[in-house]
Amino acid sequence: MEFEAVIGLEVHVQLKTRSKIFCSCSTEFGAPPNTHTCPVCLGMPGVLPVLNRRAVEYAMRMAVATNCTINRKNLFARKHYFYPDLPKGYQISQYELPLAENGWVDVETDMGSRRVRLNRIHMEDDAGKLIHDENRPVSLVDLNRTGTPLIEIVSEPDIRFPEEASAYLKKIRQLVRYLKISDGNMEEGSLRCDANISLRPRGQETLGTKSELKNMNSFKHVQRALEYEIRRQTAVLMDGGEIVQETRLYDAAKGVTHSMRGKEEAHDYRYFPDPDLVPIHVEDSWLEEVLASMPELPDRKRARFVEEYGLPEYDAAILTSSYDLADYFEACVALYPGAKKVSNWIMVELMKLLKLSGSDINDCLVTPDALAELLKLLEKGVISDKIGKKVLEQIFENGGSPSEIVERQGLAQVSDIGELQQLVEKVLDANPAEVEKYRSGKKKVFGFFVGQVMRETRGKANPKTVNELLRKMLGS
Amino acid sequence: MNNPADLTLTDLRDMLDKGDVSSEEATRAYLDRIEKIDPKVRSFVTITGEKALEQARKADKVISRGEASPLTGIPLGIKDVICTKGVKTTCSSKMLGNFVPPYNATVMERLEAQGAVMLGKLNMDEFAMGSSTENSAFFQTRNPWDLDRIPGGSSGGSAASVASRLCAASLGSDTGGSIRQPASHCGVVGMKPTYGRVSRFGLVAFASSLDQIGPLARSVKDCAVLLQAISGPDTKDSTCLPQPVPAYADACIKGLDDFTIGIPDEYFVDGLDPDVEKAVQAGIEALASQGAEIRRISLPHTGYAVATYYIIATAEASSNLSRYDGVKYGFRAEDYSSLMEMYKETRAKGFGAEVKRRIMLGTYCLSAGYYDAFYKKASKVRTLIIQDFKDAFQECDAVAAPVAPTTAFRLGEKVHNPIQMYLSDIFTIPVNLAGIPGISVPCGLDSKGLPIGLQLMTGHLQEEKLFRAAFNLEAALDLDISWPEL
Ligand SMILES: [Zn+2]
Repeated sequence: MEFEAVIGLEVHVQLKTRSKIFCSCSTEFGAPPNTHTCPVCLGMPGVLPVLNRRAVEYAMRMAVATNCTINRKNLFARKHYFYPDLPKGYQISQYELPLAENGWVDVETDMGSRRVRLNRIHMEDDAGKLIHDENRPVSLVDLNRTGTPLIEIVSEPDIRFPEEASAYLKKIRQLVRYLKISDGNMEEGSLRCDANISLRPRGQETLGTKSELKNMNSFKHVQRALEYEIRRQTAVLMDGGEIVQETRLYDAAKGVTHSMRGKEEAHDYRYFPDPDLVPIHVEDSWLEEVLASMPELPDRKRARFVEEYGLPEYDAAILTSSYDLADYFEACVALYPGAKKVSNWIMVELMKLLKLSGSDINDCLVTPDALAELLKLLEKGVISDKIGKKVLEQIFENGGSPSEIVERQGLAQVSDIGELQQLVEKVLDANPAEVEKYRSGKKKVFGFFVGQVMRETRGKANPKTVNELLRKMLGS
Repeated sequence: MNNPADLTLTDLRDMLDKGDVSSEEATRAYLDRIEKIDPKVRSFVTITGEKALEQARKADKVISRGEASPLTGIPLGIKDVICTKGVKTTCSSKMLGNFVPPYNATVMERLEAQGAVMLGKLNMDEFAMGSSTENSAFFQTRNPWDLDRIPGGSSGGSAASVASRLCAASLGSDTGGSIRQPASHCGVVGMKPTYGRVSRFGLVAFASSLDQIGPLARSVKDCAVLLQAISGPDTKDSTCLPQPVPAYADACIKGLDDFTIGIPDEYFVDGLDPDVEKAVQAGIEALASQGAEIRRISLPHTGYAVATYYIIATAEASSNLSRYDGVKYGFRAEDYSSLMEMYKETRAKGFGAEVKRRIMLGTYCLSAGYYDAFYKKASKVRTLIIQDFKDAFQECDAVAAPVAPTTAFRLGEKVHNPIQMYLSDIFTIPVNLAGIPGISVPCGLDSKGLPIGLQLMTGHLQEEKLFRAAFNLEAALDLDISWPEL
């Protein structure tokens, strides 16, 4: 029997507001334990939460970007469970009437495009962290992270392949970064993912029993955990067994999942509307403000790059993979109107340098001005491509202007016909044997002459002119 | 000169402003009385004498500069459910027996800004759950009118201390009658404001959608002055109302012409003590004598109020009290071998029986499969009760009714009968469910010489009407009751 996987993802995104969602503590990462805390996020007696409107705005941006309907009235609810990293004994989340519902994102993989529907996006506060002592049987509690705003994005079970799950996650990451609402970093935990997966015989409508996978800290983990789980569930089913509804943890070292808790141990969270917070009313004016703050989204931008700049799909996809890279491209094109040329230089040369140094386009010392100037020098034939790459490397390392570097280091191309003619004559005179060979039919020697001329000029001779002169003077 | 402790808040204000008495003298007079009398009444959990005298001396300087606010130099008692920076706030619970908040409740910030003096923290039912103050984890507060009787609850210490003249006035909190019922039993005025009128920041939560801080004092006007000081918008409490605060004391004017008072049939039922009914009727006649039109009305869903309340209040309590887990502050059990055991032991030993009963009831009401049948249904009934009052206030300005079905009962009388105990709040609960203001004003004594309160209720944010009616009741009755001798 052939099985089909049915996968839905629950993605948590940490919003990078300056302060926490219900108090004014900083959300900054990496402070000494329990220094970014106050009575409110410590859940002390008698304190009350006050909603950070910025967090709602960030969440609304994501809702708009994923085609969700925003609930003009939405509610916070308390979700109860006991754990030392949860000082109130409940998480403030949303249950009935979440911020947004019924959205979708389109995901592309080698297998084609798939529309993944979103069930909901809701807001909640993050828990703290437990640090387990390696020497004693105790755990230490750090509540700096407690109260950091999160959104949870819950997809419908529309995903069919592990690669699609990974592509969906990358799309979510791209969006939150475009919207500048999160770092979207899985390794650091600002993007987290749980997966629900079940199998069913291909062609069957009804869903099989699912397992929930947790503890996947990278895109690769998500994909591998799902791949493992498909193999595991397939084996159980082929054996005539039944899938047990349970929560399973991914073990990255072994590449397997194992059972954490069964259905009967599942929490009863006892949700009810939080009486300390009033319902959020999203008035027209507030929504309009959020809409006005929306950047152009990746799909739209990509289509525009194809249409407006005549770029191939491939180029447009890469250039719009990040908002800042796309911005960089457009800033260059505004100064140097050869879009394809700009694209080539960014995609091939600049991105190679960025990748090698592990740096980001935002920290790049090659400003759009510098790149445009460099391209102009190339176009005018002042320098060759080869020299151009060297100049680019220099600017990437130390900054500076291309013309100044060319000037200072005397890198300008020799295009003067008189000067080059003398050089060509000199080379031909010095190598009579090779000239003879060429004239007797060994045309390959041509390259030797070009190389000699370039050597004389330390690479600065205009190769086109040199070629023309050689042909003429060798009489072929 | 008379003992300054015998003065009402308003009279003490006059004396302070005229320089006839200093705040330090008044504060010492109260501290002396507390030392002498409180061992009998036992209303204070913590007495902050040194701090009080320091505040009083500071207040005297402000008064001498002619910069006094209405509460500058006035010695007050504070229910121990209100967080006081640097001063133990126990909620009369073992769980918070040593808890010292590093922050003030907003009401404390406001009292301090006015230069009020805090004499100490007052006993209560543990986490404000109870109607007799018998649920205090520490000791039993007694009714100053009869030391073998309960003072009411949960703000039993707040009412008993005012009645014993151990403070000029006090703050209590009212979730289902916790200010009005003890005020009635102790013969003082006690007022629950509109939900959201007073910030709840720093009020240790029992049931968040019902809790309100309010004043207890020896006169209606004193209550008005105290409420004025603590009311108003607060950015720290999202449920706090934005409307500006009117001058409540100015609403205390004679005459009730063009004023209609509704008498709800549902509050005069079997089980209402005949003495109570008689005194309340006398109070209603007194209101009529001031010009009010008296009209019979109906609040048809009153009968569902107690059940509704005990679902909503316990559900919210079960959630609010989750934070007492022994991890960060407060009590932690000593013997445990796992995290789960630490939670269980801490909560089993840290909470008293009534608190545990309510946590269990509330947990049950919110559980999967029961939520719709209990919490959700109760929320729907609550809207019907709100509507009852809205309808009533279409045809009258205020509603008058008894505060409690009986006068103060004996210590231990109802301890083993929680349902009986819950029914002592039968007439006060609807006001909390509806979020409207209510006040208890003394209207006489029963045959045993125990005080009886008459309850007045008005519409949302209609505190001025409430004070006006209460002031006229107080003036018309002009009860010649001397304070209990202790
Ligand atoms: Zn905080």
